[in-house]
Amino acid sequence: MSTETMASDSLELKPGLAGFFDDWGSDQRAFKGVPWGKAMMWIFLVSDTFIFGCFLASYMTVRMSTLDPWPSASEVFALSFGGAPIPLILIAIMTFVLITSSGTMALAVNYGYRKNKWVTFWLLLATALLGATFVGMQVFEWSKLIFEEGVRPWGNPMGAAQFGSVFFMVTGFHGFHVSIGVIFLFIFSYKVATGHLDKQTPGWFTKRGGNYEEIEILGLYWHFVDLVWVFIFAFFYLW
Amino acid sequence: MEHIAHDETSFVRPAEVGEMELYHPKTWLGKYVFSQDAKTIAIQYAGTAIAIGMVALVLSWLMRLQLAWPNTFTFIDPAYYLQAVTMHGMIMVVYLLTALFLGGFGNYLIPLMVGARDMVFPWLNMISFWVYFMAVLLLAASFFVGGGSTGAGWTLYPPQAILPGTPGSEAGILLMLASLAVFIIGFTMGGLNYVVTILQARTRGMTLMRMPLTVWGIFVATVLALFAFPALFVSAIMMALDILLGTSFFMPAIMTMGTESEHVGGNPLLFQHLFWFFGHPEVYIVALPAFGIVSDLISVHARKNIFGYRMMVWAIVIIGALSFVVWAHHMYVSGMNPYFGFFFATTTLIIAVPTALKVYNWVLTLWQGNIHLTVPMLFSIAFLLFFINGGMTGLFLGNATVSMPLSDTLFVVAHFHMVMAVAPVMVVCGAIYHWYPKITGRWYHEGMARFHFWVTFVGSYLVFLPMHYLGIMGVPRRYFEITGTSFLPDSAQSVNASITIAALVVGFAQLVFIFNLVVSSFNGRKAPGNPWNATTLEWQTAHTPPEHGNFGDELPCVYRWAYDYSVPGAEDDFIPQNVPPRDRQAEVTP
Repeated sequence: MSTETMASDSLELKPGLAGFFDDWGSDQRAFKGVPWGKAMMWIFLVSDTFIFGCFLASYMTVRMSTLDPWPSASEVFALSFGGAPIPLILIAIMTFVLITSSGTMALAVNYGYRKNKWVTFWLLLATALLGATFVGMQVFEWSKLIFEEGVRPWGNPMGAAQFGSVFFMVTGFHGFHVSIGVIFLFIFSYKVATGHLDKQTPGWFTKRGGNYEEIEILGLYWHFVDLVWVFIFAFFYLW
Repeated sequence: MEHIAHDETSFVRPAEVGEMELYHPKTWLGKYVFSQDAKTIAIQYAGTAIAIGMVALVLSWLMRLQLAWPNTFTFIDPAYYLQAVTMHGMIMVVYLLTALFLGGFGNYLIPLMVGARDMVFPWLNMISFWVYFMAVLLLAASFFVGGGSTGAGWTLYPPQAILPGTPGSEAGILLMLASLAVFIIGFTMGGLNYVVTILQARTRGMTLMRMPLTVWGIFVATVLALFAFPALFVSAIMMALDILLGTSFFMPAIMTMGTESEHVGGNPLLFQHLFWFFGHPEVYIVALPAFGIVSDLISVHARKNIFGYRMMVWAIVIIGALSFVVWAHHMYVSGMNPYFGFFFATTTLIIAVPTALKVYNWVLTLWQGNIHLTVPMLFSIAFLLFFINGGMTGLFLGNATVSMPLSDTLFVVAHFHMVMAVAPVMVVCGAIYHWYPKITGRWYHEGMARFHFWVTFVGSYLVFLPMHYLGIMGVPRRYFEITGTSFLPDSAQSVNASITIAALVVGFAQLVFIFNLVVSSFNGRKAPGNPWNATTLEWQTAHTPPEHGNFGDELPCVYRWAYDYSVPGAEDDFIPQNVPPRDRQAEVTP
């Protein structure tokens, strides 16, 4: 009768590690209290981590295998103020802006769960504008590299051709992520302001009724994009 | 023996979330074309995959014709041959098997087997199919552009993939890269759906360790795909940039056609690492769903519980994890630090442990079972025979020292066709026959199905078994012709010809298969709801084929694992998962 016993496992939680695994493998949901969209975003972000991981690993590989010298980051990315070049000043500001936007995003999530519509709206809008500022500064950085310093994806006057290739590719891919985030931040500030989340209007992407959990899901994405920037900052500008 | 009414809440937790809201289409277009029902999407995925798979089948005929009777068919020139080899490989691995197992079987079986009404995000699921469809169109378009499709081999190794002289270096390679990127985007949307549905949308009582192994196989394969496809995506972007913008990620300084290329300082090995970081898990993306499905087929048709269920689950998980640390065994001849070769040979051979464990468990499930030699069972046994054969040759190729002389010979071709082409295709056929009565509500034609089985089984062995001998003789793969080579006897050519005849026959047998599937869906005998007396939830639906929403008014509750076959003391030889346990008191006092 062993299978009959198996069919009617006790619902009591076992103590210790066994209970942990039983709870995790229990019926209906593996992550209790986690909405579908949030679980989906977490798994997507792990997948996206593999994309950026491959990008950064490729960057390190080409940097090590090229024979030409690698341009010095502190010289290439310097800005002159009053005749004196200040290394990495633009990147410092960009990083500051992006990290600040993570702060406003976190506050937006908090006020969203409190259903404080207008504070959430202003915080989301601030996050969107900070994100847009970041993208704007990236455009400035790119145009300075392209038009003033002559860096091209296929070559540059300072050294290894791969410098421009990986720089434009990886910061471009990251900037693309930021831009998508900014677009969604604007969409969601609109949704918050017009009360779509209060009324649970279905979103166009998931077709499931909207609610303030979506702000947290958007926040997950936004913090991830920030975290990726920290790695890009370290590997491209400090190495 | 009487049933005593009992309180079901003593066995199953109360529902944690409310019912899933379903989208009800109002138009014909919304119901059949842009359908948000996972079952319809599954059929769309499977139909598209099989259609493009037939193209790949024809391509394999073309290359076999050239190999058997070199230069008899004048329309096959070397470029044409290489294009056929490349497209055959890529279509079969990515666009047929991956899409069919995950998009087809995943969509159909996951919601039904875990007791959900649909995937968690049906709209995203619908988009996933149409993006996949676009990827297939892009791929098919490359047959018609100037220069034709790429002939770089399915591995697309640079520098040769993008240098002039390789067929399709004009536009074919770009279309291939674009198609792969689009495929990955579409797959990610579907894959996230499958994973979240399995993790978060199971019915009451469906614990992870009560899920049918089919779901486990598809689940782990989808996770692998979500983590492995990014490497292919990144390498596709980088190679496209090398072609379009003249960057040098993969391209070293090189002389081509007498001129110096503009590239300088790139690293071709980087591509190989990225490609195989995707490519090896890809093998298991194809194999793990097959492992899962075949476990269920064997258990149902041998009327016995699967041997070592927990072991089977953990073996799937461990194989999945290990598949990420073995990729460089595809690169033994690429030039690698010997210590790396040692590391990758070791991890490769470690994978043989959980894999062999699974094979033992399948055999032990059959052992003393009440084996019904139905068509699905025949295909399952054929899978075992092919898989064991292919697994054995894997031990040769996993060892760096043995692998090097065998590298790039037909031995490799025989190995991977046995283990990850024919073996999963056996499962695909078996699974289609197994679930056909549920999907269409009708029976397939038994005679045609058995004809299809025997021709495919015997024919595939006739194709791939002799290839091992050719490979050990040193016949290289991908070569346009090998005649007039002093180290090969003339008999090698005769073997090649016999392989081609077998391949042609096997190919035609697949037309019988498709004919059977199409015609029987109109005029096959009506099938009952649970013709195989199986225990899993998809056979317990109120309607056959299941309607939108899968389970009618009330979702089933699960009280037991999926393998209660031939339980001693039970009235039938199977107890469906949604049958509550009898009160044991009732058995003692009649």
